[in-house]
Amino acid sequence: MTQTNNTAGQQPRAPAGGGAAKAKIDWVNQAERYGLILAWGVVIIFFGLVGPSSFLSWPTFSSIIFGSQGVLLMLTLALIIPLTTGDFDLSIANILIFSAMLLMVLNRNAGVAEWPLLLVIPLCIVMGLLVGLLNAFFIVVFRIHSLIVTLGTGSILQGLTFWISSSQTLAGVDNTLIEWVIVKRLFSIPLAFYYAMALGVVIWYVFEYTAAGRRLMFVGRGREVARLSGIRVSRVRAMSLMASGAIAALAGIISVGTTGAADPLSGNLLLLPAFAAAFLGATAIVPGRFNPLGSILAVFFLVTGITGLNFLGANTFVQNLFNGAALVLAVALSQLVRGRQEQSLT
Amino acid sequence: MLVRHFSKSFGGARALDDVSLSVRPGEVHGLLGQNGSGKSTLIKVLSGYHSADLGGELEIYGKRVSLPLSPGQFRNLGMAFVHQHLALVPSLTVLENLRVGDFAAKNSAYISWGAERRRAVETFNRFDLPIDPDALVQDIPQVERALFAIVRAFEEIRAEREAHGNPGILFLDEPTPFLPKEGVEKLFNLIRGIVREGASVVFVSHDVDEVLEITDRATVLRDGRVAGTLVTAEATKDKFIETIIGRKIEPFQAQAQDLTGQKVDIAITGLTGGTVRDTNIELHKGEVLGLTGLIGSGFEEVLYMVFGATPAAAGDLRINGNTYDLTAMSPGTAIKNGVALLPSDRQGAGGVGELTVEDNVTLTVLDKFFVRIGLSRRRMRRAAQELGARYDVRPNLPLMDLQDLSGGNQQKVLLAKWLQTTPELLLLDEPTQGVDVGARQQVYAAITEAAERGTIVICASTDYEQLAAICDRVLIFARGVIVQHLVGSDVTKDRIAQQTLLSMSIGRAAETAAEIKGPK
Repeated sequence: MTQTNNTAGQQPRAPAGGGAAKAKIDWVNQAERYGLILAWGVVIIFFGLVGPSSFLSWPTFSSIIFGSQGVLLMLTLALIIPLTTGDFDLSIANILIFSAMLLMVLNRNAGVAEWPLLLVIPLCIVMGLLVGLLNAFFIVVFRIHSLIVTLGTGSILQGLTFWISSSQTLAGVDNTLIEWVIVKRLFSIPLAFYYAMALGVVIWYVFEYTAAGRRLMFVGRGREVARLSGIRVSRVRAMSLMASGAIAALAGIISVGTTGAADPLSGNLLLLPAFAAAFLGATAIVPGRFNPLGSILAVFFLVTGITGLNFLGANTFVQNLFNGAALVLAVALSQLVRGRQEQSLT
Repeated sequence: MLVRHFSKSFGGARALDDVSLSVRPGEVHGLLGQNGSGKSTLIKVLSGYHSADLGGELEIYGKRVSLPLSPGQFRNLGMAFVHQHLALVPSLTVLENLRVGDFAAKNSAYISWGAERRRAVETFNRFDLPIDPDALVQDIPQVERALFAIVRAFEEIRAEREAHGNPGILFLDEPTPFLPKEGVEKLFNLIRGIVREGASVVFVSHDVDEVLEITDRATVLRDGRVAGTLVTAEATKDKFIETIIGRKIEPFQAQAQDLTGQKVDIAITGLTGGTVRDTNIELHKGEVLGLTGLIGSGFEEVLYMVFGATPAAAGDLRINGNTYDLTAMSPGTAIKNGVALLPSDRQGAGGVGELTVEDNVTLTVLDKFFVRIGLSRRRMRRAAQELGARYDVRPNLPLMDLQDLSGGNQQKVLLAKWLQTTPELLLLDEPTQGVDVGARQQVYAAITEAAERGTIVICASTDYEQLAAICDRVLIFARGVIVQHLVGSDVTKDRIAQQTLLSMSIGRAAETAAEIKGPK
């Protein structure tokens, strides 16, 4: 994906003919890069052997592992944009639920009015952009740490969600949405999966092949260097927070399409897995950088592990155990990759 | 205190070579020398930060101390150090800062703040300092902060004095450059007060006038050796400067061109901000201008204000026939007008160490690599490779992380990052700091070549040899104003060094003249 990966693309032949020393170094890099795929494979084989035979079947993969995770995939992809510019966005999960609830309230038969999807969906995305802008305003103008700002705005959104939904789960969305998100399938995988993949491709393209992507990277890695190279750092950070807000809002719409309802509490369960996947993804494919392909793989890895444990009859709390452990281990791993520099949160 | 035969080598280079020094009780002893003469190394050896080479001896109040010293051991020997940056925590109170040493060393279960406060006030009164112990350090003036840091250090050695009767030695490492004139006077009074109590003070400074005023004797270091110990009352300013610089054969100099009187292509007018006051600089095509001065004189701030990296309080930049207000300058506008800045903080502000050479070097010219479907990574790689070859980056591997290159090669990469944009005005801050001798020549060559192609270069540096090697003209700053202008055959290492050492006196004379003129 980045240059490092391009080398991988160009050099697979080199180790075969090259010197032993060079081949050895390449092995280390390759192992680092593709380790997550390997780990995923090991998890699949493990549960295939230990678990019930139904685990290793296409429906398990098409419906549960790939099919049901469009929302988490999108949320993770939203998250890696501000992480790349060096900002944390804890409000994404709350933007997701609020967007879902807004959609329900405006589109559903009860409530204010019955607005069409084509109006409500853009409205939700604009809401996401505005929350991103608000986050950026406090982070950039007042120089408050992003963790604090997004924790606060997230809580505000949560309050608004409870308010507009009267703390109820709302159901009864326009069937067209459900149709286009989960009912229609390609290779028996719901369309939601392909939306997330398409988004991943777009982000990958932006990160790797546009000047904007390069600017994101420099702003995250060296704010002063970026500033002295003529990059408008504040604007780049604001854009990235707005992008994450908009994508999180989109993920909220997909979540309504997936479940047919909006639950004011459900989104909170997604924040940790998204962080776990983003950090785990940063140890793979392009080690040391938040990257879309690594993030997508990380989601699959986490979901496969949890699904496998559920097949073995484990309780739902394993989800928390598994995701939490994955987050801490992922960050520990990425520290190893980066040579154990102290992670700075300021 | 007696120091005998101290030596310290780093790699092959001897930073200290058989240095001996004696400080008498109740004496203010000056320690002088140019940058790199070994002053800081000597201080660091005494504070236990570096260990000296074998053969050195240290005697304090008649007692032999075995070497090397462990870090922190100086406290038990009755020594205390105040560095230029004072080591105060700005967001804590004066009282908390005063006791921080104790908090680090002792585990007291109860701190009696009332008693601590009374003791602090008592101490401040003794030295006639009106400092409020409950004020935050960030809220008290710079002068009081410096005085407070010195008093705190003196309090540290007092414990030792009470235990053994040794009056103690206080090391002040360049305490004055950031102080206003009145502040320096207060600081000297404090030093005199401390000496009256029987302690010795070692006063490190670049400023010959200050040394003449406050010290009893002074030791001058040059190239890691003692160039002489002078009794201040018997020495003159010229004698000091001669001892600091030494007499050496002039090394070969590149021919400096005298362009004054030629057409002015870029002009900086009325620049004020930070330390800098109302500075005017005129620049001519193909010129390399050096800026220098003692630490705290503000010469390097000019670069950052011209580039828009730090805001100026007033001033204009005329470039390409347009005039820009420097209070509203931004790096983006500067770059659009062909201004480039190579900051001295190479890994923090110049380039990103953990990104590759290719990432770093292509940042300024990304537009060149757009093909129909986006950035062409292949072209970026090739461009980085070619640039590396041109500036002789070793090893020339675009995929290497910048931080894995040596300092010299990092600098070549960052210089290339800007030179490929063929800037109109190239601003360099300490371009060869931490750059090895070989690479240094290549950096010089790259700068000279850029100037020949018409780029105007401003180089801020405290390395006089470097200024002499590449500059056509050198401006010397003191307290934020230009006090000396060296052109043509005056641009030599020794001449720059001498004039820089004299810069504070010239500045003071000018200020006094202005004050006399003022009231009329």
